[in-house]
Amino acid sequence: MRFKHVFSIIGPVMVGPSSSHTAGAARIGRVSRQMLGCSPEEAVITLYGSFAETYSGHGTDLAIIGGLLDFDTDDARIPEAFAEAERLGMKYDIRVGTGIMPHPNFAEITVKGGGREATVQGASIGGGNIEIHSINGFDAGCTGNYPTLVIAHHDQVGVVAAITNTVSAAGLNIGFMNVARKARSGDAMTVIEGDRVPSGELVEALRRLTSIENVSIIDVR
Amino acid sequence: MRFRTLSELESLCRNESLTIAELMIAEQARETDEPAEAVIRQMSGYYQVMKEAVSKGLAAGTQSRSGITGGDAHRVNEYVLAGEPSVGEWAGKALAYALSVSEVNASMGRIVATPTAGSCGIIPGVFVSSQERFGWSDEKLVQGLFAAGAIGYVIANNSFISGAEGGCQAEVGSAIGMAAGALVELRGGTPAQAVHAVGIALKNTLGLICDPVAGLVEVPCIIRNGLGAVNALAAADMALAGVRSVIPSDEVIGVMYEVGAKMPMEHRETALGGLAATPTGLKLTEQLKRMKK
Repeated sequence: MRFKHVFSIIGPVMVGPSSSHTAGAARIGRVSRQMLGCSPEEAVITLYGSFAETYSGHGTDLAIIGGLLDFDTDDARIPEAFAEAERLGMKYDIRVGTGIMPHPNFAEITVKGGGREATVQGASIGGGNIEIHSINGFDAGCTGNYPTLVIAHHDQVGVVAAITNTVSAAGLNIGFMNVARKARSGDAMTVIEGDRVPSGELVEALRRLTSIENVSIIDVR
Repeated sequence: MRFRTLSELESLCRNESLTIAELMIAEQARETDEPAEAVIRQMSGYYQVMKEAVSKGLAAGTQSRSGITGGDAHRVNEYVLAGEPSVGEWAGKALAYALSVSEVNASMGRIVATPTAGSCGIIPGVFVSSQERFGWSDEKLVQGLFAAGAIGYVIANNSFISGAEGGCQAEVGSAIGMAAGALVELRGGTPAQAVHAVGIALKNTLGLICDPVAGLVEVPCIIRNGLGAVNALAAADMALAGVRSVIPSDEVIGVMYEVGAKMPMEHRETALGGLAATPTGLKLTEQLKRMKK
């Protein structure tokens, strides 16, 4: 089931004009910011398919920049997002990509800031709902419908068990989970969609586990 | 959610003696592990946004960001108030209110996606005009939004709700089906009648392409929202009169999927075909490009 509940059909509250090209785009931008973990200093945004053909009329560019500035879908500042980005010194480059992508409304966003970098690929599937296809090159398969833990780690025996044990000890129920690796015994990523926002203690406990590189939280509900 | 199809939704309601709205509220509360009151409170907030958008767009000055559209909701509303609209006063109001919310959307104003922004006028148009007509409370209309949401949930998961995936039938078509089914329930019809209204409505929008001029959610989207609201009233009336959807509504949703999956890319929100690619559509696109420079 791609759409999980009633508020993914009635909602979100948003500024127009398009739920997929404006609200969904803002959410993909916001996910990218949350993966970076701070306000981006630079962003490269590549738009594909219907996003690429019609972004200007729909304010897709404004919405993604708005998301990168942490604006929610109904933030009245979205139409002024370029000016706001300039004021905050955020550089951005909006490009049009070619090629076959997994969905007609598709964007790739690379953000840099605080000495870090993150790349997110996402699709906007209608009504403001999104699918995050990849994060930093790993298949992600999450929706932004739930508070989401994104854990970068090494691919080795017992890491996923240690993660789920720690999550379970914190009393957090796992709704959906995706594990991906780039190569055997190489870098891996576990994405967990849970039923509530992970506490600071849980994030710290996960960071203390061996073989864990980084822990981020996505919350764009 | 315990239902994947409209027929499952209808039989759950029948077996448990619940309205579609009551069932949806209980299912939603379980899904997000919140009390029913919290879920209802969130939806009440959404209904207020819809009502604000209706009144905002009826004011004379509404203009889209591009300047191509605006003011039609005001025009139609004045015309309805002044005389004898052929569709009657109340369908005339549903028409004006739906246009109004869509115009607010085109001006980058605040709306609720129902199920999308491109189709955000239809449910408020039907709901707010019916509220005025029948003197219903906000609480009743909020129940109606849950019924509409349950119907949309089934359509979205078995077909599409975005123009880029399935054309305008997926956006405006879905919204008309949702509004029609919800209106049947609001007027005291059974869940079975509500489900028939969905099928009746959807049959009339199968194949509708998404062809926005210059890629803007304006032409023809705003007009389709206005006419969509009137269609929803008619589909609800047919179902309440006892008309059945001979092809079951779930099968009609399956046809929407089949047609959308085969729709050429030019007719799925890329602005490369349909009305967007007419001589006038192209001329408007060029004018806007020049304005930007």
